[in-house]
Amino acid sequence: MAPKKTFFQRLIFDLNRYKYLYIFFALPVVIYYVVFKYVPLYGLQIAFKDYKITKEFWECAWVGFKHFEKFFTGMYFTRTVGNTLIISFLNLIFGFPAPIVFALLLNEVQNQKFKKVVQTVTYLPHFVSLVVICGLIVSFSAKDGLFNTIIAWFGGTKNDLLMSKAAFRPIYILSGIWAGFGWGSIIYLSALAGVDQEQYEAAYIDGAKRFQRMIYITLPGILPTIVIKLIMEIGSMMSVGSEKILLLYSPLTYEVADVVSTYVYRKGLEDNDYSYSTAVGLFNSVINIILLTFANTVSRRLTDTSLW
Amino acid sequence: MVVYKKSFADHVFEIFNTLLMILLMVITAYPFLYVLFASLSDPNKFIAHSGILMYPLDTTLASFKAVMNNPNIWIGYKNTIFIVGVGTSINLLMTCVGAYFLSRTGPMLKKPIMFLITITMFVDGGLIPNYILVRDLNLYNTIWALIIPGAISTYNMIIMRTMFQSIPASLEESARIDGAGEWTILFKLILTLSIPTIAVIGLFYAVGPWNSWFSANIYLRDKQKFPLQLVLRNIIIQNDVDEMTMGSSFGNSYAMSFTIKYATVIVATVPILVLYPWIQKYFVKGVMIGSLKG
Repeated sequence: MAPKKTFFQRLIFDLNRYKYLYIFFALPVVIYYVVFKYVPLYGLQIAFKDYKITKEFWECAWVGFKHFEKFFTGMYFTRTVGNTLIISFLNLIFGFPAPIVFALLLNEVQNQKFKKVVQTVTYLPHFVSLVVICGLIVSFSAKDGLFNTIIAWFGGTKNDLLMSKAAFRPIYILSGIWAGFGWGSIIYLSALAGVDQEQYEAAYIDGAKRFQRMIYITLPGILPTIVIKLIMEIGSMMSVGSEKILLLYSPLTYEVADVVSTYVYRKGLEDNDYSYSTAVGLFNSVINIILLTFANTVSRRLTDTSLW
Repeated sequence: MVVYKKSFADHVFEIFNTLLMILLMVITAYPFLYVLFASLSDPNKFIAHSGILMYPLDTTLASFKAVMNNPNIWIGYKNTIFIVGVGTSINLLMTCVGAYFLSRTGPMLKKPIMFLITITMFVDGGLIPNYILVRDLNLYNTIWALIIPGAISTYNMIIMRTMFQSIPASLEESARIDGAGEWTILFKLILTLSIPTIAVIGLFYAVGPWNSWFSANIYLRDKQKFPLQLVLRNIIIQNDVDEMTMGSSFGNSYAMSFTIKYATVIVATVPILVLYPWIQKYFVKGVMIGSLKG
């Protein structure tokens, strides 16, 4: 019997046997991941240093948790974390159920042609860029814009809505629902198509009303999909649409609109406070990972559905 | 098959449900119609008008002429087309190459490499470390800063790998017996069989740079390099319309600034709206492929 090969010998053999695969297929991809994903992770060290743009990473002195302490004790901590959580919760309460309710109602439409038309029209905003959607929001919210015309009909007074602290969050949430409810329903509609038709027939024969069939058969049928979506939603709570907020907010509304990621952007790229901005961003990512793990664990215990 | 008998309540529900669906369609579509009507309206009539628009007020193409004469729009289009074309090609090449390697069963290092890649879906260097990297690689203020850092989407690559894995191994074995090497197997066999998935993933990649303004905003300084969305942001959100309202025949440049913004939106959105009926179903398919993967 031949002596068993060592791990190293097997590796050499493997590298030689698959050399073309490794050189032409694995190598370019590994290089990409190391340079564009792992080097930025290595760069996170500046959160614990005083980084200057003119110096290399290793030339900068370690300062421990100085930048984190500055963030936690400053006035922006409560404001940005608070706004992030409030906007995320509003989104979870109002934005998350919208496509589910829409999918359930659309599923009740019998006429297939009409259903197709509704789908085609409601998917449309998904294909329009964020900049254009925000452009429309800005124009419609202006003093003589479409929103104010409608408000005036109902006897309200006209004012520039994006300048108003009270209106910013409702505009943000409602426009998000407007742009996303149609497209968001696709995943639920495909889950609905997989619900066993015989269950409906049996329930019908047993005398279940339409609404009861919806609650007791349809909803449980799409529950795993809802749970997966909910986990992902909770896991990204701290990264609420910063691009959209950057396009819509202004110093007048910072108090209600400034979230952690927009603060990271301003501190880092407008004030060039690299180390501090990185520290705030790192704090945000850590919270995000904790939330995702938490939601995933809870869901695995309760419903047997989980991302991993 | 059970024939459902509808009760009175069912009929009432269906009528209300249909009305609700029609209302939702109006709410979704009307803002776009409003933009179209406004862009075709006489600026002075439009500014004096209050209330919703059901048709253009004194139809004129003046706003469109002003937009068409703005070179920035065309520079934006040119840059975006370059980024989308070159970017998507690089995306697809890298994704196919990576997915092919990850779909192999033989190589010992496949599992560790897969692990290295999966990790990056959960942790990320964030804004500033990525910015420093782009600057250190001398990509700052080049159009490549918008292309190369996003060469691979891990999510898309994993979907592609799943697709490749579903191709029966027996097909590959017989190709190998006939003397085919790795490249022949990838191009002649696997890619040919995966064309529908590749098309969908290509579309997903193309949409990214088409819609993106943020990377351009942080990585580009020269106006000559701005992609369309950044040009748009400057016009419709930051109100940078002076160039276009100057010397307008309407005299009232304030009024003109409104209709010009709407015309800009139309000019920038028309290609998507024209393609929309055809590409919609591929995107829907893409969402399904993604959900099956999980």
